Amino acid sequence: MSTIFIDNKQYTVKEGKNLLEACLTLGIDLPYFCWHPALGSVGACRQCAVKVFKDENDTRGRLVMSCMENIRDGLHLSVADKTAKAFRSQVIEWLMTNHPHDCPVCDEGGSCHLQDMTVMTGHDYRRYHFKKRTYKNQYLGPFIHHEMNRCIQCYRCVRYYHDYAGGKDLNVFAAHNHVYFGREKDGILESPFSGNLAEVCPTGVFTDKTLREHYTRKWDLTTAPSVCTHCSVGCNTIAGERYGQLRCITNRYNSQVNGYFLCDRGRFGYEFVNSANRITQPLIRSRSIEAVDEAVLMDHLRILMSTHTLIGIGSPRASVESNTALMQLVGKENFYQGINDTLGFIEKRIVEVMRSGAVQTASLQDVQQADAILVLGEDIWNTAPVMALAVRQGVMKTAAQHVLENRALPSWHDAAVRELVQQEKGFLANCTISSSPLDEISTCSVHLAPDNLARLGFAIANRLNTPVPAVLLDRDVQDQAAVIAAALQQAKRPVIISGAGCYNEALIRAAFDIAAALNTHEREVKLAYVMPESNSMGLAIMNAAGFENAVLRATRENNIAAIVLENDLYRHVPAPIADVFFNSCQHCIVFDTLNNATTQKADVLIPAATFAEGDGTLVNYEGRAQRFYQVYVPANKYIQESWKWLLKLQAVKTGNTNEQVYHPEDVLTMCQQLMPQFAGIAASAPHHDFRINGQSMPREPHRYSGRTAMLANLAVSEPKPKQDGDSPFSFTMEGYTGKPPSPLIPFFWSPGWNSIQSVNKYQQEVGGALRNENAGAALFAYKRNGAPVYFKDIPEPFIVRNEKWLLLPQWHVFGSEELSAYAKGVSELSPQPYIAMSASDADQLGVVDGSLLSIKVFEQTYELPVKTNGTIPNGVVLMPAGLTGMPVMNWNSWIQVVSIKL
Amino acid sequence: MTTEQILIVAGVLFVLLNIAAGLIWVERRMLALWQDRLGPNRAGPLGILIVLADTLKLFFKEDWIPPFADKWVFILAPAIVVASVLMSFVIIPFAPGIVVADLNIGILFFLAMSSMGVYSIVLGGWASNNKYALLGAMRGASQMIAYEVFMGLSLMGVVMLTGSFNLGDIVAAQKNWWFVVTQPVGFVIFFIAGIAETHRLPFDIPEAESELIAGYHAEYSGMKFGMFFIGEYLGITLISAMIVTLFFGGWLGPAFLPPLAWFAIKLFFFIGLFILLRASLPRPRYDQLIAYGWKIILPIVLANLLITGAVALWLRDH
Amino acid sequence: MLSHLRTMWLVFIHLFKKKATIEYPEEKVELHPRYRGRIVLTKDPDGGERCVGCYLCAVACPVDCIALQATEDENGRRYPDFFRINFSRCIFCGYCEDACPTYAIQLIPDFEMAEYNRQNLVFEKEDLLIDSEGKYPGYNFYRVAGLEAGVKKKGEGVNEEPPVDVHSLLP
Repeated sequence: MSTIFIDNKQYTVKEGKNLLEACLTLGIDLPYFCWHPALGSVGACRQCAVKVFKDENDTRGRLVMSCMENIRDGLHLSVADKTAKAFRSQVIEWLMTNHPHDCPVCDEGGSCHLQDMTVMTGHDYRRYHFKKRTYKNQYLGPFIHHEMNRCIQCYRCVRYYHDYAGGKDLNVFAAHNHVYFGREKDGILESPFSGNLAEVCPTGVFTDKTLREHYTRKWDLTTAPSVCTHCSVGCNTIAGERYGQLRCITNRYNSQVNGYFLCDRGRFGYEFVNSANRITQPLIRSRSIEAVDEAVLMDHLRILMSTHTLIGIGSPRASVESNTALMQLVGKENFYQGINDTLGFIEKRIVEVMRSGAVQTASLQDVQQADAILVLGEDIWNTAPVMALAVRQGVMKTAAQHVLENRALPSWHDAAVRELVQQEKGFLANCTISSSPLDEISTCSVHLAPDNLARLGFAIANRLNTPVPAVLLDRDVQDQAAVIAAALQQAKRPVIISGAGCYNEALIRAAFDIAAALNTHEREVKLAYVMPESNSMGLAIMNAAGFENAVLRATRENNIAAIVLENDLYRHVPAPIADVFFNSCQHCIVFDTLNNATTQKADVLIPAATFAEGDGTLVNYEGRAQRFYQVYVPANKYIQESWKWLLKLQAVKTGNTNEQVYHPEDVLTMCQQLMPQFAGIAASAPHHDFRINGQSMPREPHRYSGRTAMLANLAVSEPKPKQDGDSPFSFTMEGYTGKPPSPLIPFFWSPGWNSIQSVNKYQQEVGGALRNENAGAALFAYKRNGAPVYFKDIPEPFIVRNEKWLLLPQWHVFGSEELSAYAKGVSELSPQPYIAMSASDADQLGVVDGSLLSIKVFEQTYELPVKTNGTIPNGVVLMPAGLTGMPVMNWNSWIQVVSIKL
Repeated sequence: MTTEQILIVAGVLFVLLNIAAGLIWVERRMLALWQDRLGPNRAGPLGILIVLADTLKLFFKEDWIPPFADKWVFILAPAIVVASVLMSFVIIPFAPGIVVADLNIGILFFLAMSSMGVYSIVLGGWASNNKYALLGAMRGASQMIAYEVFMGLSLMGVVMLTGSFNLGDIVAAQKNWWFVVTQPVGFVIFFIAGIAETHRLPFDIPEAESELIAGYHAEYSGMKFGMFFIGEYLGITLISAMIVTLFFGGWLGPAFLPPLAWFAIKLFFFIGLFILLRASLPRPRYDQLIAYGWKIILPIVLANLLITGAVALWLRDH
Repeated sequence: MLSHLRTMWLVFIHLFKKKATIEYPEEKVELHPRYRGRIVLTKDPDGGERCVGCYLCAVACPVDCIALQATEDENGRRYPDFFRINFSRCIFCGYCEDACPTYAIQLIPDFEMAEYNRQNLVFEKEDLLIDSEGKYPGYNFYRVAGLEAGVKKKGEGVNEEPPVDVHSLLP
């Protein structure tokens, strides 16, 4: 700790920070543009000038950029100094000479850092009477809108997109005051993290194009803290609603999970909530009038439930509450996982390994701090994009740490550090089936068939002094194993990442063996398994029977009524099996949000709420249970959380007429009682009657507009505001006006800080944890001194077969996830079906890129164009997984591929 | 009691209540005209039906008794003001033979009844259990007690000159000279005291809306407020009738109009004067009002009494 | 005392002065152009809607009686998809006009908008839009704004240089 004097007042601040960070942490408002807590300082914008004095007797001082000045003990500086203030307002005035008169039509307006800083410095009148510079805009794809005139040349976009996220297609062009930030020519931004440009850019150059379709200012949004439902990472988001429509997703900072950034699938995939394909009405099929009201529905279900045996099919994308309510309704023994049994087996293994507590789970923060990372099998770039971004940070930070050793250069000095680092990278081994953009930053990238990847993993484990037997490998792979093992052994904070994406269970074991072997007292190893869907981990922890058991039961017993919870079974199990299941069930009650193949089979269809319309808890890949909060009450009263419907069914079934009200934490308590493995989950979020000074947290900012007009077209008398009995939030702008505790932050705002940059004001120290940060409940406890039990059965090596290929999934950021695919932009970027194979396999078949191949899966023939890829191992073909309309494939099985000669 | 008497009582009551109600319209129109406005002119011919509208409004308003009030006293207070003023009219001779009770102590009865009015204010203010109401009541009490004294004393000159308390006799005594000629000081003081007695502007200190919201009747609404309202107009009419009777020859006048008409004309002149006062003069401060009464009016009125007495003695001797 | 009498006399002779009252429904009142009455949406000199849907009027409104939704035409020109004012809540404070950066929303000297049914006081865009520039003729926001919205091309607006040639290295 150092003592510094700001305007003659004494403060104690942490060393190793720059003056700007220190001032902001102390709550002193100092304007800035180019500095960003995640990007560091470059001193480009000249906005954060302060005066630094030699000692307490120095009265003249000198102007310095506070972001470029280290903290020294006894430093005297002045923020309020007249010269410094004049300098800062002058800089803003210069920046504004070319800034267009656009605020009314600019999407950034109202959450604009430039507006905030202009007000902060006091520049209010344009004195410059000459012409403004203009630029032509570019088309940057369906997510990001470009309006280059608004640029103030802070370089943040390039520093984020290029340096931080590793994108190659956005850069700075031209010279002097003509510099241009964009692509070489019009085109879709390649990086799946491009959406963050909208938050990084301090002005309106890069804005959210999906928000533009239904534009709403930040102050008009009804927002609630939410959790992304589009992959298993569980990034914290803020979802905003206006006029009964979900309008945008912004990042909700959290030092443990996603930090400052989201991926584009999470940010732009929200539009499925507004889809025309939503289920809006309870239906009882094969009636003259299928749409029914709640009373008729409940009558029908009462009879149905009393005369049939109920079985429940859980869902990897429904909340823990909904799955629990279903289990409670049908009984533990009648509850089945609604996923492929192969995947169920792998997930079971993952849960078993994590629950053993032998190794710590890796949060994204841990991944960013890691000094050596091994990705074994999982294509995290596509299945958990934000984790891939974290991996990149881990690699870059490790390299930076290497060069900063024995140098008196602070780590925030971004440009200088980059200059020193040059091409050096921290250790990353990307061992996957096929190449991904992570290969560019990896020290060694190995592309093998899944079994061989597992063998590589065991070979690494074997080299780490474990009882794992030696594995015979190809020579070059053997060398790679040696390199990886050595690097992991040298590391202090290694992270091992694997996952269920390859449909290979041996990989899970291999990853565990490596992590367990590395886990010594001087080394903190962390392990992460990426799961397929947002609550896959939650469902897996429930440890329910597999789906095939449900099918068997349905075929054997003839009085089965199945309840399928928010689950398109045709995406999880082969169509013939699903057909058998639906045909042998007497009745099928389906809860879901969107119409899909499963809802077509439903006898009774009940609309369920999405993440934005209801409360629930999701368990992410690391076993972190996080609550998402209802953003708005849909106008359609039938759209309710599945767990609410199911609890009503429970009451109908038991004939319980006293309407007991259940809150999410009541259901979670029920969950803990039903399944002790969920112990602690009820405490993952504050109780629904949590209040501060007796006040609830408002979902709407105090500037929320149009309250007496937005519904006036329907009825001029305003209705009573909607009440929320399930959370500490209110649906109005009345309530606690201070900063709520971390899991209850519906929006970031601070006086004078309207943009997302106000997150600084919520952090203990700038760039660090939020005040009283509560990042959900961890369900996997680390048992420090447990002796690990190693897995020793090593799979046979993968052997290329004649005329047959092993069919494996290729995941895609855009298109592989069910719900986000309903968003217009995501579906635009999602690939067309194809089949990918190695170039030599293609040669062998006599096909080239674009030729049609025919494959037969489950008696169904598909004709697909070929894509050759040099990194795919021979004997393996990849097909995009999870595309909308594509039935589930027989992953990890051998198929015949026939070339279609035209 | 003869039929004739009953008719007179009924007639007087009817006319008085109508005048009091009609004053709602008269006052508003007059005030408006003096302020370069038009005043209520929409309901009925010249807006006269505003009276009906206002009365209906008062009847239909919520008749609310504050839960913290002393209920019975609260209800009683507005009734006292109307009753006491109406009682005073008993002794007014509107025309020869048109008088309810031709008492030989008429003036004393008038003084007694009009001083009853203070009860209404004090009780109303006290029962409201509201600090502004109580302040208003206190002011009203001290103001009325002070001016009661001068009012009585100012009339004594007239009584001396007539030698009777009977109002009929007093009117008859003005056949040659109205007493306003022989008793100008008495008239002025009685007029001032009358304003204070009816607590009209400029002496509406007990209700002073700019300081006390509405003083003693702050808590009143509906018809109970209406009674205070009517009581005030009845008060104006009473004081005007007394001025006419005592100083302006009552019903006396040239024979081309009947006596009742002369009385009415004079009466409405003074009512108009009351309204003009309201339109033109500002409200004095409370302490100024009291000081003015005790320090200026009292000596003057006593001097007036002395001189009148002396002159009356001198006249009797010559 | 005499001054009191003089006052009374002066007040009295007002009886014969001309009355200031305007007998409204029969006689119309002459209002100033900047009188804050009915709210309208005006058009720019080229006949286009001036409102760009910036939401500033809505946020400035102290009674929150303005609700709108911005949308865009094919040229990228912003305009309100719907624009609703609940006049049964409006207090005619004129803050919306103050806040409007494009002179679109204006208060005009018309106050005759009484209705028997409160619902009729909810005005939609069709009810608000007038075919006039209102009090501020000659202003077209899209001519001075930086972006291109079908009104002028990039660099052709008032006070704009032609677009930068990114490939040029000339100073």
